[in-house]
Amino acid sequence: MFAKSIRWRLQLWVAFLLACVLSGFGVTVFQLQRIHLLNQIDEELGRRVAALGAAARRGPPPPFERGPGGPPGEPRPGGPGFDNEPFPPPPGPQEPRPPGEGPGGSFRSRELLLPPEATGLFAASGTNNFYLAFWSPDRTLLKHSTNAPANLSCPERLPADTRLHTRTRDAHREAFLFTEIGDCFLAGCSLTAYSGAMHRFTGLLLAAGGVVLVFGLGGGWWLAGRAIRPVAEISAAASRISAGNLSERINVAEADNELGRLAGVLNSTFARLEAAFAQQRQFTADASHELRTPLAVIISEAQTTLARQRNAAEYRETVEACLGTAQQMRRLVDSLLELARFDAGQEPMKREPFDLSQVARECVNLVRPLAERRGIKIDCDLPPLQCPGDAARISQVVTNLLTNAIGFNRDHGEVRVSVDAQDSVALLKVQDTGPGIPTEDLPHIFERFYRVDKARSSLQGRTGLGLAICKAIVTAHGGTIEVASQPGGGTAFTVRLPLWRHGAG
Amino acid sequence: MRILVVEDEPRLLRSLAKALREEGYAVDTAESGGDGLYKAESWDYDVVVLDIMLPGLNGWQVLERLRKQKTTPVLMLTARDTAQDRVRGLDTGADDYLIKPFDLSELLARVRALIRRASGQAQPQIVLGDVTVDTRARSVERQGDPLTLTAREYAILEYLALHRGEVVSRTTLYEHLFDENDDTMSNLLDVHVFNLRKKLGQGLIVTRRGQGYLIEA
Repeated sequence: MFAKSIRWRLQLWVAFLLACVLSGFGVTVFQLQRIHLLNQIDEELGRRVAALGAAARRGPPPPFERGPGGPPGEPRPGGPGFDNEPFPPPPGPQEPRPPGEGPGGSFRSRELLLPPEATGLFAASGTNNFYLAFWSPDRTLLKHSTNAPANLSCPERLPADTRLHTRTRDAHREAFLFTEIGDCFLAGCSLTAYSGAMHRFTGLLLAAGGVVLVFGLGGGWWLAGRAIRPVAEISAAASRISAGNLSERINVAEADNELGRLAGVLNSTFARLEAAFAQQRQFTADASHELRTPLAVIISEAQTTLARQRNAAEYRETVEACLGTAQQMRRLVDSLLELARFDAGQEPMKREPFDLSQVARECVNLVRPLAERRGIKIDCDLPPLQCPGDAARISQVVTNLLTNAIGFNRDHGEVRVSVDAQDSVALLKVQDTGPGIPTEDLPHIFERFYRVDKARSSLQGRTGLGLAICKAIVTAHGGTIEVASQPGGGTAFTVRLPLWRHGAG
Repeated sequence: MRILVVEDEPRLLRSLAKALREEGYAVDTAESGGDGLYKAESWDYDVVVLDIMLPGLNGWQVLERLRKQKTTPVLMLTARDTAQDRVRGLDTGADDYLIKPFDLSELLARVRALIRRASGQAQPQIVLGDVTVDTRARSVERQGDPLTLTAREYAILEYLALHRGEVVSRTTLYEHLFDENDDTMSNLLDVHVFNLRKKLGQGLIVTRRGQGYLIEA
């Protein structure tokens, strides 16, 4: 279901992209916050180290201030967190530096040299979360705050480096610096508070991200639904149409976007489909009408005659009527089958060169008795002209046009047949002097079963399909057939066929 | 009974007219809608058989215009067989509908039914005292004995029987019994009525002098 729904797929993509963006953003903010907090801590530590260093360098305190009592006025050493005990004696053999080599002398004397401000700093560190430590150049821990962790260790010294450094060690952040002579001052603090803050911040980030994700997914779902809705409407309309309701159309409310244009295209396709279906339905209805009427004649003739005893002449009359009607039906069925084969593209069509004028002349000879019976004169202008195609089929077209030209002519009228070459097209013209075709009927005369006078002329052998078949034949030859007519001014049919060219056809 | 057949296929028209005439109806024919409408408006036909696909006015147009003036029973005859066409025909005012090709016997039965219904008669048999007229078999019995009537005599009796209680004028009777091509003199009616009275008894058909004939209800 998820894979088959565009909405769900869009939703999954939105979720994926949103999750990517949110995690990228979250990680960045987290890092920035971490760096910011660490910087704050480092700054604080640096300040303390700098203060300690500055205090220690201020030179030795007055002698009277030395001693176990500490400086007068100072809080009594031994306050909270302050280790007032003397530093343990240095491990003599490990002493890396020979006595008297450095300006500070022995560690004992260095300890005593710590100024009261520095000592004060050590003392004050008991009241805050920071601890301080002080190493001699020989990496001997000279003094440290009471709240310093037990595993305090002297950082490695880089040669001639007196800058402030920071390090993270066992959940503690420490800043240290070495003096020129190698004393090391260190300030540190536990990272517990920092970790707590970072945890809270992470929680906050996750909660905010979750909220954004939920809103984003909701919005995405809504947007996808909005975007999909016209598609759903189109699909619903299309299924109603495919269910048989061809007059149904897609409601094109927003005509000027992609979906509106799609709906427009579909609508015009549906309209064409509907027109084609209507035409087909009309044709079927007409064909059934044309076939039912002769059937009705045959049945009613036969039943009327059989209703009582008749004489031979009456039976003969009935049989003749039935025969005539059956032959009319045969012509109709033949024409219908022919058209059906044209529609299906199954009608075999030769592609051989033939003389259009020769074909026309034969047709004229064929219909001449028909014309003479009504005193109609046939006028020919037939120079030789080679066309590719099926001579028998073209002969059918010409005969049909001639029969029409004679049948719809006035008595003692005239029919003019001419063949002409124009550019690469052969022109065959059949013109009569009949009453012409009303303008409103002209566009329809090639339609199946369309009759201009609407009067049934089946007795003259007309099926109402002749011109439709002519058009089908000419079209199959790659040509066109046109009609021009003026009421009272006669009618002219023009057939255009491709000319024969050597190597073509 | 006089019937108008409007049909543009000449062979069908001819055979329908022939069949109806052989059933004893007076039949007029028309080959186009306009002609059919003119005739239907000019005479009081007992039934009009109307094709739909006609040159000029089509069957629907003829029916629509006819209905503005007359309630003549109309039987539509058509090759169009969709329900939509049938509904349209009946809604326009047709009384019945028959699809081509049809059985002649069915057409005749429907024509009889239309004539019967138009005169308010539900049964095919009409009992007039001791005389029974069977419109289905076109036969007459008196006290159980079949009577032999000529087609004209039967037509007059049937028309009067279907319009029992009404005074039927000679003109009306004439118009319903003779078709447009019939040159029979109207005083022949008196001869037919005289013969009918001989066969049916004197009391059945009453003459209203100056008005016409009557079979009392």
